[in-house]
Amino acid sequence: MTSRPELQAPPEVFYNDEEARKYTSSSRIIDIQAQLSQRALELLALPDDGVPKLLLDIGCGSGLSGETLTENGHQWIGWDISPSMLNVALEREAGGDLVLGDMGQGLGVRPGVIDGAISISAVQWLCNADKSCHEPRKRLKAFFESLYRCLARGARAVFQVYPENLAQRELILGYAMRSGFAGGVVVDFPHSTKRRKEYLVLTCGPPSLSSATPKAEGEDEESCSDEGSEDEENQTVSISDRHRPRKKQKLNKKVKGREWVLRKKEQKRRKGNAVPLDTKYTARKRKARF
Amino acid sequence: MRLLTHNMLSSNIKGVTNGFPLRIEVEKVVEKQVDFNPNFLKNMFSKIDYKALLEASRIMGYAELPDHADPSSLESDDFLRRFHHALLQLHLEEGSLVCPETGRKFPVNKGIPNMLLHEDEV
Repeated sequence: MTSRPELQAPPEVFYNDEEARKYTSSSRIIDIQAQLSQRALELLALPDDGVPKLLLDIGCGSGLSGETLTENGHQWIGWDISPSMLNVALEREAGGDLVLGDMGQGLGVRPGVIDGAISISAVQWLCNADKSCHEPRKRLKAFFESLYRCLARGARAVFQVYPENLAQRELILGYAMRSGFAGGVVVDFPHSTKRRKEYLVLTCGPPSLSSATPKAEGEDEESCSDEGSEDEENQTVSISDRHRPRKKQKLNKKVKGREWVLRKKEQKRRKGNAVPLDTKYTARKRKARF
Repeated sequence: MRLLTHNMLSSNIKGVTNGFPLRIEVEKVVEKQVDFNPNFLKNMFSKIDYKALLEASRIMGYAELPDHADPSSLESDDFLRRFHHALLQLHLEEGSLVCPETGRKFPVNKGIPNMLLHEDEV
């Protein structure tokens, strides 16, 4: 089982310069991101009147998803926590404005001004506690509440997410509902493991006919994998590239340092045990010949 | 960062009740050409805080916006052009945004405002 990037490091650390460049130079990931954002835009169901809208792209990264928005003529503001990704977005001239910010701290945006929000593979990061001050529940709450405030009435937010398990999905959805959003999860290609994609479709305001959750794609296909096997070759959305363990990455073993040894020795001493003296050799590494 | 974004951003430091508008400190301004789209401007006008935009554009060195504007001024092509220039073509490249209540500075580098908060500000 490949490990998820969410489990490897905090987003601003994981997406460093190297990773950001790798991520954005892979044509497959670009394709996938474009497809995901196209579908998210579809689910956003903006009125088809040819008027460009002001959208938020949360976790915009290197602006791959924003490019789809620009192509469709919309103005957007991208929000991301990784400076390296934003630098790549600048180089690519993503077309929207970029803001370096942490969605878990809430979005500092004026109330009621945004026509819609999308987020591609980002919200699941909120479920992690990367710092001691992080508390996933509080961060989810802050995020959804601030999002609810800044969206115009009746506006939609569509989040493509990779929840780790059922509990995580419930957690995200639960906090969205508690902030006042109506909506639910749309699962595209639920029968296929590879093409399965989950979208959280949220509507700002009380539930109504217009806020009914849209229909998923490929729901009725009986055997998705057989029919679309050739398609799948090109279109699979598994992001295993991101998951692939990097060879160079050193496993961060918990090495117990000199302080730890000294503390332990002190503890033993207090118990009255016979403990060797502390010298410059204490807690030094042995030479290889041992 | 365009003034459109500046007009949307507010400071969300804990305890701040009115974090809008963020004061601009300019170090470098650039202008970029953007396609003129009257429909978008008309759609945006009701959402823009005109006073904040006016002040911000003055600070950025663009004094062509009229002092007052209401929906009827959207009929005039001349106004739309100026509105367009102020809203979308002026970019704050280097400088900072200052929270009006606490005076906390959010630096802007390469056009990207850094809105990350410290632990004690959340």
